[in-house]
Amino acid sequence: MSTRTDPPLLQVRGLTKHFPVRGGVFLRTVGHVHAVDDVSFDLDTGETIGLVGESGCGKSTVGKTLLRLYDPTAGRVFFEGRDIATMSRNELRQLRRDIQIIFQDPFESLNARHTVGKILEEPFLIHGLGTSVERRRRVDELLERVGLDAGAANRFPHEFSGGQRQRIGIARAIALKPRLIVCDEAVSALDVSIQSQIINLLLELQREMRLALIFIAHDLAVVKHVSDRIAVMYLGEVVETADATDIYESPRHPYTKALISAIPVPDPTAQRDRIVLVGDVPSPIDPPRGCRFHTRCRHARDDCRERKPALTAAGDRATVACHHWQDLS
Amino acid sequence: MAALLAVEELSVGFDTEEDLVNVLDRVSFDIEAGETLGLVGESGCGKSVTALAVMGLLPKPAGRIQGGDILFRGDSLLALPRERMRTIRGNRIAMIFQEPMTALNPVQRIGRQLAETFALHEPGLSSDAIRQRSLGLLEEVGIPAPDRRLDEYPHQLSGGMRQRVMIAMALAGRPDVLIADEPTTALDVTIQAQILELLRDLQRDTGMAIIFITHDLGVIAELCSRVVVMYAGRVAEQADIHPLFAHPLHPYTRGLLDSIPRLEGEPKTPLTTIPGTVPGIDDLPGGCRFVNRCPFAERRCEGEPPPLDALTAGHRVACYRWREIEADDARPHPA
Repeated sequence: MSTRTDPPLLQVRGLTKHFPVRGGVFLRTVGHVHAVDDVSFDLDTGETIGLVGESGCGKSTVGKTLLRLYDPTAGRVFFEGRDIATMSRNELRQLRRDIQIIFQDPFESLNARHTVGKILEEPFLIHGLGTSVERRRRVDELLERVGLDAGAANRFPHEFSGGQRQRIGIARAIALKPRLIVCDEAVSALDVSIQSQIINLLLELQREMRLALIFIAHDLAVVKHVSDRIAVMYLGEVVETADATDIYESPRHPYTKALISAIPVPDPTAQRDRIVLVGDVPSPIDPPRGCRFHTRCRHARDDCRERKPALTAAGDRATVACHHWQDLS
Repeated sequence: MAALLAVEELSVGFDTEEDLVNVLDRVSFDIEAGETLGLVGESGCGKSVTALAVMGLLPKPAGRIQGGDILFRGDSLLALPRERMRTIRGNRIAMIFQEPMTALNPVQRIGRQLAETFALHEPGLSSDAIRQRSLGLLEEVGIPAPDRRLDEYPHQLSGGMRQRVMIAMALAGRPDVLIADEPTTALDVTIQAQILELLRDLQRDTGMAIIFITHDLGVIAELCSRVVVMYAGRVAEQADIHPLFAHPLHPYTRGLLDSIPRLEGEPKTPLTTIPGTVPGIDDLPGGCRFVNRCPFAERRCEGEPPPLDALTAGHRVACYRWREIEADDARPHPA
């Protein structure tokens, strides 16, 4: 083991994304959706961080803002130590090869009028790589790698099942040998027996290619299975980070505890303390003052309503944003 | 005594451009008052078609019953005149769906939609009585500030609240059977937990039977007393939940249970999978429909489909090799 001098593959610092809400006759900005607020994390080569939380918690916006599909409102993102906001054209071009994304419904992200062969050849064309013979050979290799037969190249996306389409989406994502893939609910729409196939494929590819993964999903059991570390988000903020096993065995934040306890376990003999949260997630347009979770937290006290808890170290490799987590464990 | 609701050897087909495709093949189960029966399986297994057939809501003219019967308190629903079926549907057997937004009218206030339901079930109710009943129902399903909600439109409610409104509408006729088709699939887990708790409470208070359709074996384990596992339009296995989860005998049930990532599992280890994909309805294998994905498949599985054998009165499995699987389970395994 050498002591480390390189920066992490990805550093996210204070990432914030607010969307304006317009109203009135002149469509003036009347407020902001606080989609992501002050999110920070590091990610190393070959590592997976899972972003988990319920609808509207901002997990997908984090992924899209990282890729600059959205411009961040504030915060910085460093890839291999370089700030992506100040990258030159050439550096950005390389960045777009190094970071890829896979979406929930591959059908919507695959051009329905192109054959799978053409879809998979496109990344090479865009980046001017290889002769047509070489490109075709690479397409065949990609198809084989993701478990589709070579004949798939001549067929169209609609001829494939959901699981097979996700394999095509993965083949396209790995075509240019990226360093990092953002998986945005990539297995959420799949049947269980197919979901496990795709999870296994992602784990194999990660090992072979030393891929870093940002795995965004609402299913904590799935996220836990694929991740080294997990960040739990609520209303745009990270409320807890920890190693995957640790967060399940000893969750610290009351929201994480409720989330874990709400997951239905496929075992009728399981004895569990169910924490049923009251009410719905508040609107991100005007999030609650103080701790954003206080409106649904059964441990909330006066200071929770007034003072926002900072994300602070809780043990070696964990952080938590709760004034009272130590009293609760 | 006849069961509250019995589905007997029900087969359903759909007309396509070429021919009639069978989507449900001799499906049988029954349910008693106060019981929660789970129908579980993956896309295309026929669980939703089963529900629609029971409700008499198969898409017309494409869908048709090819055989079998559906009995409510011993009377065939298929033989009922349309008028009688309409009073049973909604009054005696009600249904809720995955996405309440598509079942609710987006341009009508919640109160008006509830009133419509009452008008159907109890014509002649005064508008005051309707309002009182509506408020009572919304309260019963745990909607805060119900008087304000009556004047709101569906889009003003959250997904969880919309599902509560749907449940309220289904309860309006005080049904004996509630069919719930993936009612929590589109909801966040913390909201799902609320809705499951609500259904449990309502069942305890009213004694209605619930048929709960889902792809999520976790939800089945939490809510149901019995399970029917379906695959490609047939019943693969049927049992009380404890034997089903402790000793699943159909290779498909076993594969399904093994494929689920477990919270207590070791991260980043390969999951057990079922190879291949679910066959399309126009491309079903002959014999056992699981044959091309089954690790236990042998010659005879490609011939006649295996019958639904009964191990015990409540546990049935459609597999030629279940006895070997059971014997193998009973053998002590090295840890």
